[in-house]
Amino acid sequence: MRVIIDRLAKTYVDRHGAAVEALSDVSLTVESQEFVALLGPSGCGKSTLLNAVAGLLPVSAGEVMFESPPSGRPLTAMVFQEFALFPWRTVQGNVEFGLEELGMAAAERGRRARVLIETTGLAGFEARYPHQLSGGMRQRVGIARALAVDPAALLMDEPFSALDAQTRQLMQEELLALWERTRTTILYVTHNIQEAVYMADRVVVLSRRPGRVLAEIDVPLKRPRTEAMQTEPGYLETVERIWSLIKDQARAALAEQ
Amino acid sequence: MTERIHVVDGTRFLARPEHRALRVLGVIGLVVLWEALGRAGAVPVLFLPSPLGVLREGWDMLRSGELLVHIGASLQRLAWGFVIGSALGIAVGVAVGFFAVAEAIGTPLIAATFPIPKIALLPLLILWLGLGEPSKIAVIALGVFFPMAINTYAGVRQADPLLIRAAVAFGAGRFSVIRKVVLPSALPMIVAGLRLAAGTALLLLVAAEMIAVESGVGFLVLHAGNIMATTKLMVGIVVLSLLGVLSHWGLGRLERALIPWRAGA
Repeated sequence: MRVIIDRLAKTYVDRHGAAVEALSDVSLTVESQEFVALLGPSGCGKSTLLNAVAGLLPVSAGEVMFESPPSGRPLTAMVFQEFALFPWRTVQGNVEFGLEELGMAAAERGRRARVLIETTGLAGFEARYPHQLSGGMRQRVGIARALAVDPAALLMDEPFSALDAQTRQLMQEELLALWERTRTTILYVTHNIQEAVYMADRVVVLSRRPGRVLAEIDVPLKRPRTEAMQTEPGYLETVERIWSLIKDQARAALAEQ
Repeated sequence: MTERIHVVDGTRFLARPEHRALRVLGVIGLVVLWEALGRAGAVPVLFLPSPLGVLREGWDMLRSGELLVHIGASLQRLAWGFVIGSALGIAVGVAVGFFAVAEAIGTPLIAATFPIPKIALLPLLILWLGLGEPSKIAVIALGVFFPMAINTYAGVRQADPLLIRAAVAFGAGRFSVIRKVVLPSALPMIVAGLRLAAGTALLLLVAAEMIAVESGVGFLVLHAGNIMATTKLMVGIVVLSLLGVLSHWGLGRLERALIPWRAGA
């Protein structure tokens, strides 16, 4: 399935009644099985764009389309920055949530959830509640919940930015390993250039508000990615190139806030 | 010699030790003082029966079955009033909290009717429903309805928009969102509402049982007062206070059972 974002614009009204243009004329295509990172300074509307793809907000102009969607599978599933786990559900219950909404029978749901709990390294924690887990474990639940429904495209909104640096590094490795096996199409929002380059096939750089596509940069690294690649010239040059693209934008954003 | 200043803990006076012994001693002390006053003849038994006397009278009433009849009648009214009032209150609270149309219609209505002291409605309810049980249950239900509706409404409004969005992202429709996100979010506020309602219900129970009834703890208190049976009256009051303590304890248990994700959070 291809995800086609066509001349998307989003203007919302802020608390003081002023119109704020979050996204302006954004066009972008994510190919099947592609890992695309959406990168931009804070407040560039990258999360807004992801929410629009997930159908979680009204857009002002343009549209999002799914080309040759698979039958019998949800089009998208989302992993949230703040995890967004249901505190009254156990790990098992959280992972089963999307399957319930798909109308899957309880036995099948339990089986499917257990497979995902296993692959995301949550085995043994099925009966725990989210507040009993560390941040990294919570996001594993978030990822398991999303992957459980077997979405045609996985939408990830800064999934690791609430984690400490070491946990983030480990979770990146895990996600890459998982992706090598499933090759689910991923649209991955991040403000971290290193993370975007290390993980994605292609980095789409957004400008400061109103968000526009500044550049689309192919990452010249082979798969599977390894930590050692973070010292390769291809990696370093790409990071440098993107930084030079958004340095001024980031500086302007800093001065504004 | 070099001067040294030792750092002292400046927050020491903020510490709040539990003083377990004092908690028990306070209660025992009051009872002992009460008993002593009676024995010394400082207060006539007619005005203030001694604690031991009240205990003896209560035991006798329990053995004769008299007390159980009153407690049974009261509990039945409380249970019906509570179930009806809280079911309606939760339903209205969820509707008003979730649906904009219901909110527009409901909030002014609730704001206008909430301040009415519910006891004032008892004569009207008796006029409508007669002197029997329905009017008594109705006034308790009314008293329970308002704290339940208002707390449920507040709980629903507090539901985390992020969790609602997450549910929608996984395909949940409005009724799924209400059942799986909004209601569990509101549960702590709903239980807090039950606590408030329990106090109101007890108050209205006693008031309702002072009109045209032959049984109930409220009746016991009023009747004993009328015939100057002060010891019996005190038994009734002790039973009411025990009902209050028990409901508080029971709701605490219910809270832990209903909201396990909060335990130790």
